[in-house]
Amino acid sequence: MISMENVSKQYENGVTGIADVNLTIKQGEFVYVVGPSGAGKSTFIKMLYHQLTPTTGDIKFNDYDYATMKNKDIPYLRREMGVVFQDFKLLPRLTVFENVAYAMQVVEKEDAEIHDRVLEVLKEVGLEHKIRRFPSELSGGEQQRVAIARAIANKPSVLIADEPTGNLDPDTSDGIMDILEAVNRQNTTIIMATHNRDVVDSRPHRVLEVASGQFVRDEEEGSYGVED
Amino acid sequence: MASLFAMKRKGATELKTSVMKRHLSDSFKSLRRNGWMTVAAVSAVTVTLLLVGIVLAMIFNVNRVSQQVENDVQVRVAVNRNVSQAKKDTLQKQLKSLPDVTQVKYRSRSQELNGIISGYGKQWQMFRGDDNPLNDVFLVKTSSAHATMSVAKHAEKLANVSEASYGGKTARKLFRYVNTLRNWGLAFTIMLLLVAVFLISNTIRITILSRSAEIGVMRLVGATNWYIRWPFLLEGAWTGLLGAVVPVVVVDLGYNFVYHSMNMAQVGNGYSLYPQLPFLFWMDVLLAGIGVVIGAVGAVVSMRRFLKV
Repeated sequence: MISMENVSKQYENGVTGIADVNLTIKQGEFVYVVGPSGAGKSTFIKMLYHQLTPTTGDIKFNDYDYATMKNKDIPYLRREMGVVFQDFKLLPRLTVFENVAYAMQVVEKEDAEIHDRVLEVLKEVGLEHKIRRFPSELSGGEQQRVAIARAIANKPSVLIADEPTGNLDPDTSDGIMDILEAVNRQNTTIIMATHNRDVVDSRPHRVLEVASGQFVRDEEEGSYGVED
Repeated sequence: MASLFAMKRKGATELKTSVMKRHLSDSFKSLRRNGWMTVAAVSAVTVTLLLVGIVLAMIFNVNRVSQQVENDVQVRVAVNRNVSQAKKDTLQKQLKSLPDVTQVKYRSRSQELNGIISGYGKQWQMFRGDDNPLNDVFLVKTSSAHATMSVAKHAEKLANVSEASYGGKTARKLFRYVNTLRNWGLAFTIMLLLVAVFLISNTIRITILSRSAEIGVMRLVGATNWYIRWPFLLEGAWTGLLGAVVPVVVVDLGYNFVYHSMNMAQVGNGYSLYPQLPFLFWMDVLLAGIGVVIGAVGAVVSMRRFLKV
């Protein structure tokens, strides 16, 4: 479902983001992308959702070929992906319900469908009792669960998570991982960039290790491995 | 696969009523939330449209009067005294056959004198009868003001013509002034409109900045650029429409006043301004339309930077 062929990204200031990446990720896989800060994890993630374009090489996702697709098709590509960030990126003046509904309004779903689906995903992440709260009234873990609910509301085929447990304590991180694995069991591909050694070691999945812009390890059921 | 893409896109870009309702309510909310910024933008539009309205009303009417003057330009062909009726008839036929001539009217010298008496006073009555020093004249209308000169030259060479005079020179001078006035007026109007677009786009840029996080999230979850643009575009349009209210009222009242005082002075001259209706109706529509368009354009212009991929 996702393939990269000889993908490199060089920034305008000459810094190499990632170099010569070749990989394939199949539908329903759970993939960790690990490596120290500045290794190229974020570059890789941003290229997946077409925030950055490769300098050379080609990325393919489902029916989309990034090299040939037009800019106006990017929104439609993103509708097939959910993205979750370390800092949650919730809208502070909207309630929990509205934050999740927002993602569906934007893709022009009908109100009735939005209502049912939002309640459904909030139940999945265990926040059905807090739908009228504002983000500022929630803990970090709860905010991240809202962000995940928003990311899966449109039933994406892949969920991309950039350090989703980066700001959370171990117990809360565990809760988030439970949710991500549950989402994965519904055949949604999960691609998760992380620093969190405990998480990777305790929940083994495929590991892609990045160092200095190179993918140096690709291991099924791997461990975190590197020292930060 | 291509058709699959096309289908997907079509379903998503069709503007559903529920979506439009959402955009509308968002745009109203944003107007309210921006409070004084909205007032500032509306005031900018008001001042601009007020000036634009006055300038346009002037340009339209100057055009109308100059057209009336143009239609009025004619060649006066004076006939030698004591010419027989038969010769006058021949002369009339010859005048009619000249190129660019559209109409030839005969006025006897006593009719000419009556015109002077009604225009300048009763003391001219002493010239009635055989003391009348005037000639019989043919009033020749031409298809354009420019043609009067050549028609006059041709007419002077005809038999029994004592003199052929034309108002062409004065008319041409007038048209030059009118043209200059119209061009400067239009240039001034366009400049004002650009200033208004700039002011509106600046105001909206501030409201966009305060919502840039929201726009970021919208793009992340797959909103199309047009979905993101709509609320801002509508907000700009409302700003423009609100800004048109005062100019519409002022132009309507002002024009009524000017129309009454000017037309009083012009009665009998054959020149007149546009009657208030439907002129003011179309002016109002035009001002409101310009307001909406500059508001919307201002909004779209200021959004460009935020919608780059």
